[in-house]
Amino acid sequence: MPEPRMRTIDYCLYYGGFRALNSISMDIPPNMITAIIGPSGCGKSTFLRSFNRMNELIPGVRVTGKVLLDGEDIFSLDVVSLRRKVGMVFQRPNPFPKSIFDNVAYGPRIHGLRKGDSLAALVERSLKAAALWDEVKDDLQKSALSLSGGQQQRLCIARALAVEPEVILMDEPASALDPIATLKIEELLQTLKENYTIVIVTHNMQQAARVSDFTAFLLMDESRAGNLVEFGPTKQIFTTPRDSRTEDYISGRFG
Amino acid sequence: MTGTVSARGRMKRLTDSAMGLVLLGSALVSVTIVLLIGLFTLKEALPAFRDIGLVRLLTGTEWRPGQDLYGLFAMIAGSVLVTLGAIVLGLPLALGCAVFLAEVAPAWVRAVVKPSIELLAGIPSVVFGLFGMVVLVPMVRGIDVPGNAGFGLLSASMVLAVMILPTIASVAEVALRSVPEEYRQGSLALGATRWETLRRVTVPAARSGMLAAVVLGLGRALGETIAMIMVIGNAVMMPEAATSNPLTIFLSRARTLTGNIAVEINYATGLHAAALFATGVVLFVLIMIVNASARALLASGMRRG
Repeated sequence: MPEPRMRTIDYCLYYGGFRALNSISMDIPPNMITAIIGPSGCGKSTFLRSFNRMNELIPGVRVTGKVLLDGEDIFSLDVVSLRRKVGMVFQRPNPFPKSIFDNVAYGPRIHGLRKGDSLAALVERSLKAAALWDEVKDDLQKSALSLSGGQQQRLCIARALAVEPEVILMDEPASALDPIATLKIEELLQTLKENYTIVIVTHNMQQAARVSDFTAFLLMDESRAGNLVEFGPTKQIFTTPRDSRTEDYISGRFG
Repeated sequence: MTGTVSARGRMKRLTDSAMGLVLLGSALVSVTIVLLIGLFTLKEALPAFRDIGLVRLLTGTEWRPGQDLYGLFAMIAGSVLVTLGAIVLGLPLALGCAVFLAEVAPAWVRAVVKPSIELLAGIPSVVFGLFGMVVLVPMVRGIDVPGNAGFGLLSASMVLAVMILPTIASVAEVALRSVPEEYRQGSLALGATRWETLRRVTVPAARSGMLAAVVLGLGRALGETIAMIMVIGNAVMMPEAATSNPLTIFLSRARTLTGNIAVEINYATGLHAAALFATGVVLFVLIMIVNASARALLASGMRRG
């Protein structure tokens, strides 16, 4: 296996006194899609948000252990530059109430790109990479809120791509979408992984099996803390899981 | 058995439509009251518009009821200037408060600060006037400009700024807090700082609510009466700068439209009384202009996306 793009070592997360994630050590391989699956409340989203330090927005959150990006401790990085390198797409499409263009240009602008030409080119490139360009190119000044849910989610992907990240975190990106829009997102993921490392949380096991290269299975223990039960190539997890709990979960016996 | 059920169903439907009627009734009563007040004011003001003329009423700078001179321009200028002053002094403070409460303050600080700001709104305006007379007027009197007595537009603007603060701050705070958390998270996840997120996403998304807050504040400022009477000096005169510095216009004494009515209505008769009702109509129109321009501003902002 190549050098991991990101890595967690003995990572624990606490909400006040409650331990939500228990000592997770896991590698995120580069230019692959890593899926995180598990039942509701097992800490999948919390774990995902650890990679770009979004949990810090919640008061009372404390972490121990390490999270590395290209070998560097992300807690020693400036949070702004970390989030430039590790982008995020949320469960519900959340375009800003601005035009399509302004949504995609938002990140580049705050990071100092002002020139009209290169900005327009970057917006076009990002929208193309998110497979949305052909549907919106005629009117980039249209409000982003007038797009369909699936288009909005691809716009959010384009918005994340526009800051040229290395890693993209996706928190159940298709759970609010219809099957056709979901399929489009899943196809898009396959082209994106050529250039990006993708970590995706999903409650949909078929989706994890379809799209991902590696799968991590999280489960809460008796104290309701999320533990990493098993991590490996998706094919192996879904055909010959080593842990009986993984087998129970993927065969639908609980969760 | 079925009989009782359907009887109960009929009863429910009856209650439903009765409730609808009651609610419709209360809505109609409110609208009617507003209409009646407007019509009554207009009717009482009619002789003034007829005998003095709209143009002389609006542009005349002399108000001498003894000589049947009724020009409202000085009072219009007084009301507009004092409101302007209050906005200049109060708006940054109020919006700062709103942003602090909605975006920066931890929960326990908000729990303390927010009720105290709202408490300001509950203080009777005569108490604000008293505070102005006893504290602000002597302070303003300290500014060394010829003819400055402390009573005037500056003192009045300061009092008014404090009075509109709670209105603007709390409405703007609600507007900011109603911006979906997803917007903030989306912006932060793109590497924006909290300040950039506030400036580029949260405030623009809360724009309409914040504008509504300002309009409410303007309305309150234009309508304030007793506190103004107590500190503005009440002289019927065009506010003017005392020195070459144009800002000294705010040290000038003045009278507001509201003050004009309240000070004189007790002894006014005939045309004088009608002119005071006309003052009310002008005030009414002024507030409608503020509301309409806010609406227009909002609409053009919407179109820009």
